[in-house]
Amino acid sequence: MAATSNKPRVATVSLAGCFGCHMSLLDIDERLLDLAELIEFDRSPINDYKSFDGRRCAVGLIEGGCANEENVRVLRDFRTHCDVLVSVGACAINGGIPALRNMVSVEECIDEAYRSGLTVVNPDGILPDDPELPRLLDRVRPCHEVVKIDYHLPGCPPSADTIWNALTALLSGAPPELPYPLIKYD
Amino acid sequence: MNAPITITIDGVEVPATPGQTILEAADAAGIYIPRLCYRPGLEPYGGCRVCMVHVAGRACAACTQPVSPNMVVENDTGELQEQRKMIIEMLFVEGNHFCMFCEKSGNCELQALAYRFGITAPRFDLFFPKRDVDASHPEILIDHNRCILCAGCVRASRDLDGKSIFHFTGRGPDRRIAVNAEAQLAATDADVTDRALDVCPVGALLRKREGYRTPVGQRPYDQAPIGSNDQPEEA
Repeated sequence: MAATSNKPRVATVSLAGCFGCHMSLLDIDERLLDLAELIEFDRSPINDYKSFDGRRCAVGLIEGGCANEENVRVLRDFRTHCDVLVSVGACAINGGIPALRNMVSVEECIDEAYRSGLTVVNPDGILPDDPELPRLLDRVRPCHEVVKIDYHLPGCPPSADTIWNALTALLSGAPPELPYPLIKYD
Repeated sequence: MNAPITITIDGVEVPATPGQTILEAADAAGIYIPRLCYRPGLEPYGGCRVCMVHVAGRACAACTQPVSPNMVVENDTGELQEQRKMIIEMLFVEGNHFCMFCEKSGNCELQALAYRFGITAPRFDLFFPKRDVDASHPEILIDHNRCILCAGCVRASRDLDGKSIFHFTGRGPDRRIAVNAEAQLAATDADVTDRALDVCPVGALLRKREGYRTPVGQRPYDQAPIGSNDQPEEA
């Protein structure tokens, strides 16, 4: 592991999301070099660290809402280790596309996916039940219904400019204030 | 009888005509009062409550309240703007508003108001109600998930198209738009040219095969907020 630095640490995670918000983070292009000067990544899909190592993080960026027990556990872990938590994107804020299942019961949803769906071939009707698989929540929940979230960056995904704007503001100790064209729900 | 009178909106004296509503006088004077269910040319409904203003300390809907001489109207106050913001947030959590795949995104007045008020997340828990889609008509789609019960289609179909295809049914949380047929829209005489299709502020009543035509960045509310000067009022 690299020598310890005093740079603020930023952790990121994709819960029930599609990694589109992380793609949008990478879409800040050459500003990634500036970002590398400013911060140290803690656990994140970008460096593939899987867990916190006990050091405080200045900012945690949460993509995706909570669809299962694992999402809730990871989100609570982020809340424990990060000074500021930011919901990034529609799924973290509203549940997004995964929340389309909220209008039907978990039972109906599982049945459609593994038994009765038009393209499903499962003659024995076997359902995934490995103990390693996290159990689904009754419905997909936005992150702020599970833990305290400090700021929200809407968008599907939020644009690279939105993420850059908010992240640089937070690193300078200011709350993110998005100009009109950067608040978008799509 | 119709001699011009003067009212005051946020300390600005505004000319008005007896018979006008506060909203009409404000629009004529170039003062924006946020609104959602109001449509020029349709009978005011007063349903969404976004245009609530204070007159002599009492709250009233600017779209239904007639002007009176020397009326003093408060519009742009912290309290009213906060209440409007809360109404917008409640409308968002009450329905299923998935902007990311909605054809109306970028041209939706509910979304545009949320942008204008700088809403980044609703403060209320989401309902996720189970609502239907009526895609029976070959040219027209009704998506109840997005309906905010503004009665725009009800009024336009009745008063502009003379068809009365849409009406309300149910009460309270069960209130929804119904069509004038045994079952679905296809059984009505709804037509793709109906004016009722032009007044839906959200993506609940849509012409099929017209979505996503305008590129992102060029849609009506992409660059400038609803109610700003370069947002011409819809006819």
